[in-house]
Amino acid sequence: MNLPGAQKGWSPDMLEFSLIAGILFGLFFALVGMGLNLVFGVMRIVNLAHGDFMMLGAFGAFWAYNLLGWNPLVTIPVQGLAFVLAGMALYYLLVPRLVALKDFEMISLVLFFGLSQTIEALAVLAFGNNPRSIFQPVFGQAPVHFLGRTFPVAWPVSAAVSLFFLILVYFYLYRTRAGYATRAVMASRDEASASGVNVDRISALTFGLGLLLASVAGMLSLFMLGSVSPDFGGNITITAFAVIVFGGLGDPVGTVLGGLLYGIGLMVMESYLSSWANILPYVLLLATLLVKPGGIMGKEVRHV
Amino acid sequence: MFRKPLDLGLVVLIPVLFALAPLAYNNQLLLFNAMVFLALAQGINIIYGFTGYLPFGYVGFFGAGAYGASLTVMFLHLPAPVAVLLGGLTALALGLVLSPLLRLSGVYFAIASLAASEAVYYVIANPGLVNITKGPYGVSLDRVYSPEFSYLVMAVIVGLVTAVVVYLKRSHLGLSLKAVRDDPLSSETAGIDVKRQRMLAWSWSALFAGLTGAVFAWQISVFYPGTVFDPSISIFAIVFTLFGGAGTVLGPILGTVVLYGVYNLIGITEPQYFQLIYGVLIMVLVLFLPEGIVSLLKRGGANVL
Repeated sequence: MNLPGAQKGWSPDMLEFSLIAGILFGLFFALVGMGLNLVFGVMRIVNLAHGDFMMLGAFGAFWAYNLLGWNPLVTIPVQGLAFVLAGMALYYLLVPRLVALKDFEMISLVLFFGLSQTIEALAVLAFGNNPRSIFQPVFGQAPVHFLGRTFPVAWPVSAAVSLFFLILVYFYLYRTRAGYATRAVMASRDEASASGVNVDRISALTFGLGLLLASVAGMLSLFMLGSVSPDFGGNITITAFAVIVFGGLGDPVGTVLGGLLYGIGLMVMESYLSSWANILPYVLLLATLLVKPGGIMGKEVRHV
Repeated sequence: MFRKPLDLGLVVLIPVLFALAPLAYNNQLLLFNAMVFLALAQGINIIYGFTGYLPFGYVGFFGAGAYGASLTVMFLHLPAPVAVLLGGLTALALGLVLSPLLRLSGVYFAIASLAASEAVYYVIANPGLVNITKGPYGVSLDRVYSPEFSYLVMAVIVGLVTAVVVYLKRSHLGLSLKAVRDDPLSSETAGIDVKRQRMLAWSWSALFAGLTGAVFAWQISVFYPGTVFDPSISIFAIVFTLFGGAGTVLGPILGTVVLYGVYNLIGITEPQYFQLIYGVLIMVLVLFLPEGIVSLLKRGGANVL
């Protein structure tokens, strides 16, 4: 992973830099995982195209900036609405058909894998094969000084945007009626349905919300990960999956914790063991699945 | 083992056809790669078709075999056929190390196996291990380079993997594996050793991917870690298997011949069009034809192996 600005070599106060940068990146990774986890929570589907939707969000922000001169922060609500609608349409198109099939989880995995390949191919046809990035100082010129360290201004801005959306998800889930129903579906599809929750409508809405979060996280990837190309999806999907498994599948609060710990771990490794840092998501995923499948929160959300 | 003449016919005919094909068609590398994907598709078939475990990271075994064989040639200076065997055993060893993944249920297994292959790739490509694996700079096997001999060995491996799939299809083992796939709990109650049988299929599958990777390394002789751990190798093999029909002998053969043919027509010059075709194809298949194209033959009344 290409992290702009990460410093290399040994120094005593680098730990402090790694920790602060880790928290900034952690909020971003929590957002990356959140959309995937919400979709998993209500539908028990691993959306293998999650990273590809992030890629589309990044390209949307890139073109809005280059063609219309929109600041990425302005793009978020417009593009977000489009993603919510696309997600709901996609849900009604695919999922009711899937649920009827035998071995539904495995088949949906393969289906979303096909969707991921399709999106990637269409993106190459539409945008070409080049990595894209947005001129970093779009959020302001001056680097940020904090606790004696210097950061690119895009990092705290991205972290703040991530935090804003994480809080929004929290309020949605815990303070609104639809969120209440969403958590009921997460706990048990059948019982929620028996209690009069419109499971299909809630699931479609959650799928849309998951795609909205993916589009925001994708836009932020332009700043946090340097650049985005059409084949960006595969690895970031695995990273997102590692974060949510680590935090506990189907547990939104765990995802925030998982994202923060992942971000800190990644930045510490970038500082001290940079050549091994890219192995982190894979090892984390394997270790969690094999040793503590319920995630660090330890709640057995699901028997794996 | 081979109860019908067709069984033995397939096992012998396919490698012989491939061995003779270069006399009629001069693009030997294309034929070689077709054999590579055929062997990989049958390897996926052994684990997915008979146990329901879909290894997205199957290429990890392919790469492990390629590197196992290459390091054997570079450090032990053994002849290439021995190196191929050791490459296969390297992948088998990796399969044993990764066997705890079989404890996971299907979806988690699929993604975890992908993570495992990426982890192996990053270890081998790590600049810190440059003295052992040559890190990201790749290896060269020019000392044993022999495109003709390696081509024939690949044909033999295709015959062997076909034989294993025919055996699974006909034997009690294959039948009980399918029982385990469809209903593990009842199978266990019926006295089938579920873990041992899954382990067997997993090991065969890993071994053949390793052997294939090893011969691939021998054939091309200069490669980088990214060449033999390319995730699209797994993807191709999985798509070929699903397209043809998993759990049959003919399915992966048909799938590879048809789709690899299409790939060579349009995929090399316009890879994104090919990716679009198979992406859409997968979605249409799982929704409308989950048993692959051989199920069309079955519907037509044919008795498909």
